[in-house]
Amino acid sequence: MTTLLSLKGLTKAYPGVVANNNVSFDIDEGQIHALLGENGAGKSTLVKMIYGLVRPDSGQMTLAGQPYQPHEPREARAAGVAMVFQHFSLFDALTVAENITLGMENAPPRRELSQRIRDVSTAYELPLDPDAIIGDLSVGERQRVEIIRCLLQEPKLLIMDEPTSVLTPQEVEVLFKTLNRLAGEGTAILYISHKLEEIRTLCHHATILRQGEVVGETDPTRSTARELAEMMVGEALSSPTRKNTRPGKVALEIRGLSARSGNPFGTDLDEIDLDVREGEVMGIGGVAGNGQDEFMLALSGEAPVARAMVRVDGVDVGDLTPNERREIGLLTAPEERLGHAAAPNMTLFENALMTGNVRRNLSRHGFIRWKAAMAFADEIVHAFDVRTPSVRNTAKSLSGGNLQKFVIGREVLQTPRVLVVNQPTWGVDAAAAAAIRQALMDLAEAGAAVVIISQDLDELLEVSDRLAILHAGRLSQPRATDELTMEEIGLMMGGMEAQHVSA
Amino acid sequence: MMDLSAISPAALVAALIAASTPILLAAIGELVVEKSGVLNLGVEGMMITGAIFGFAASVETGSPWLGLVAAMIGSAILALIFGVLTQYFLTNQVATGLALTLFGLGFSALIGQGYTGIKPPPFPRLDIAGLSGIPFFGRALLSHDYIVYLSILLVAAVWYFLKYTRPGLVLRAVGENHDAAHAIGYNVTRIRLMAVAFGGACAGLGGAYLALVQVPQWTEGMTAGAGWIALALVVFASWKPWRVVLGAYIFGGVSILQLNLQAVGVNIPVAYLSMAPYIVTIIVLVIMSGDRTSAPASLGRVFHASS
Repeated sequence: MTTLLSLKGLTKAYPGVVANNNVSFDIDEGQIHALLGENGAGKSTLVKMIYGLVRPDSGQMTLAGQPYQPHEPREARAAGVAMVFQHFSLFDALTVAENITLGMENAPPRRELSQRIRDVSTAYELPLDPDAIIGDLSVGERQRVEIIRCLLQEPKLLIMDEPTSVLTPQEVEVLFKTLNRLAGEGTAILYISHKLEEIRTLCHHATILRQGEVVGETDPTRSTARELAEMMVGEALSSPTRKNTRPGKVALEIRGLSARSGNPFGTDLDEIDLDVREGEVMGIGGVAGNGQDEFMLALSGEAPVARAMVRVDGVDVGDLTPNERREIGLLTAPEERLGHAAAPNMTLFENALMTGNVRRNLSRHGFIRWKAAMAFADEIVHAFDVRTPSVRNTAKSLSGGNLQKFVIGREVLQTPRVLVVNQPTWGVDAAAAAAIRQALMDLAEAGAAVVIISQDLDELLEVSDRLAILHAGRLSQPRATDELTMEEIGLMMGGMEAQHVSA
Repeated sequence: MMDLSAISPAALVAALIAASTPILLAAIGELVVEKSGVLNLGVEGMMITGAIFGFAASVETGSPWLGLVAAMIGSAILALIFGVLTQYFLTNQVATGLALTLFGLGFSALIGQGYTGIKPPPFPRLDIAGLSGIPFFGRALLSHDYIVYLSILLVAAVWYFLKYTRPGLVLRAVGENHDAAHAIGYNVTRIRLMAVAFGGACAGLGGAYLALVQVPQWTEGMTAGAGWIALALVVFASWKPWRVVLGAYIFGGVSILQLNLQAVGVNIPVAYLSMAPYIVTIIVLVIMSGDRTSAPASLGRVFHASS
């Protein structure tokens, strides 16, 4: 096969950090090439250089034999490079056609464009209405918009940045079909992901980055996921382990939980029933936007519900405030680290105080016991290996993984009866994710009931005893994870199981 | 005794259109600025600066047209100061906009010291032969100066630009999600600076109209809050150009009507009559602006193209 894009000695430094150091590799025509690496390994900087968003300090690129130095994305697109972003670059208030025309050079007139969108979307089996408003579309449909925007320009190289993190298994399958077909037509695909199983099934070749340098190239179909992970991290990894414990009595009871969403684009909760026992890890899967946020708010007490809908150790807590719930032992860690779980501009010990006040007696007669708060923050930092110069640093100065360890550690160290966490390892590197999962399993082993809401099915299968799926605000029957197949889960996520039950 | 028949409907319509024009011009400019995602609270300052620049330039050159051009350039430059501060130095838009208003008020008073009590050269009227003789319509709609018609054309142009042209789509996209616009490869800062300069030119034109045509003379602080009304109009009009026209005319209409009512001695305290334009405009537009979704999603947010 002929080389399409060749990178030679690309280097890019930012103040204090070398994002890419002497990176060289080739991408062939029709090849699906994986770019693997931890957060901060330099994947996104590299891709931005290829797409013309960032200029390299040194090094050369050639595209189809010609020197290639895009100064802006426009030039990259003109040269035949297209990119689908991880956080979609879409405009919610505009229509599909308007969004697509914005990302095109020489966009055709509106009517013609709508026709071409319809043609391409039928040809690649990605149905899409050109006149729909983006804000009304599902995440999977939004990604389709991005992909079709790229396909309309008939790219030679398609860059995909973490494309599957928001999709259901079925949607992933459709995406892979599309990508394989494109590769078959000769399009090169640079595929960025940290989901190793996907890379093993999809990609022909993998380049692994660590701390800005290429540390290896391999054929992912011939490596195990563990080998790939260890190349990424540079050390041996251990899977979370737990002694088999028998679940005790029911600690968290949810009965007929219904709640209207406070968000106009949100999902209302519909008659959710769930029991979680002491010592049990309950996984809640499902595609984002199916009621996860509303479920979390109902449990945390930020959006109180009817008194009897939520019970902890036999006490009705549905209408209690978050602090009253903490007193009883129901603790939560929300998804958004900066701004929800932690106040970005406040120090770690101030953040420790905010949820730890009640259970750790960090104030007396309305006055804060700063020493106790600092000691609590120190305890979290040590127990959870949070890398920070001191607890006086602000929350936002920490990396995502470190802050996540802090946020989870803060709740775990308050010895909850019930802990509910949402997306505990989202955007966290593999080593920190493993530590967080282990901590949650240890907590369950010590007798707490743990509920993990996550989009990452591999994670849920790894840590949870039982798994239920949220779909359109309804929760499926929980099933023991060791009896479930990926296909069954996919059907549950698409809402098929709910139809079975009603039929 | 009051005599309502002393108020001529045709004269009233003619007067309300003229009275609304400065606000309409400033508001349509600010609409474009806000559609690009920038909140410039300096409209009042840019209007008054335009008023004195236009006044001084037309007195010195004897040409009202050169006055208008000077007003637009002067206010656009003032707006660009705001643009550079907020877009390059990432200052807070609210604080910078307020500072611009304070600066404009003081600066215009300084320049205007020698111009009080002078009469500017008269502004030509558009008299299409015979048309202004048509009963009612001739007087009400067809006997205005060029700027009145220009303001309507400008609204139509802005509406067409935003709705149907590609640059207009790009401008809306920048105001909607500046990070995404940047990622696709649009120069957010450049687009916003152009929008800010356009907004300044429109505000300057509105101010100059006030000083050269409507009053016509220079008085310190003569905009008297018109810039703030223009700002409020944009919000209450849900960022839709034709609603801005409606809002401006309602405001102008009630202002003129209450002046007429005062003149004929209606038995309502003056304080209530004076507040009527503000209250009526707000009520009408609040009722219309049920859909809050039309606000540009990135409005007032600082954009920095961090890697």
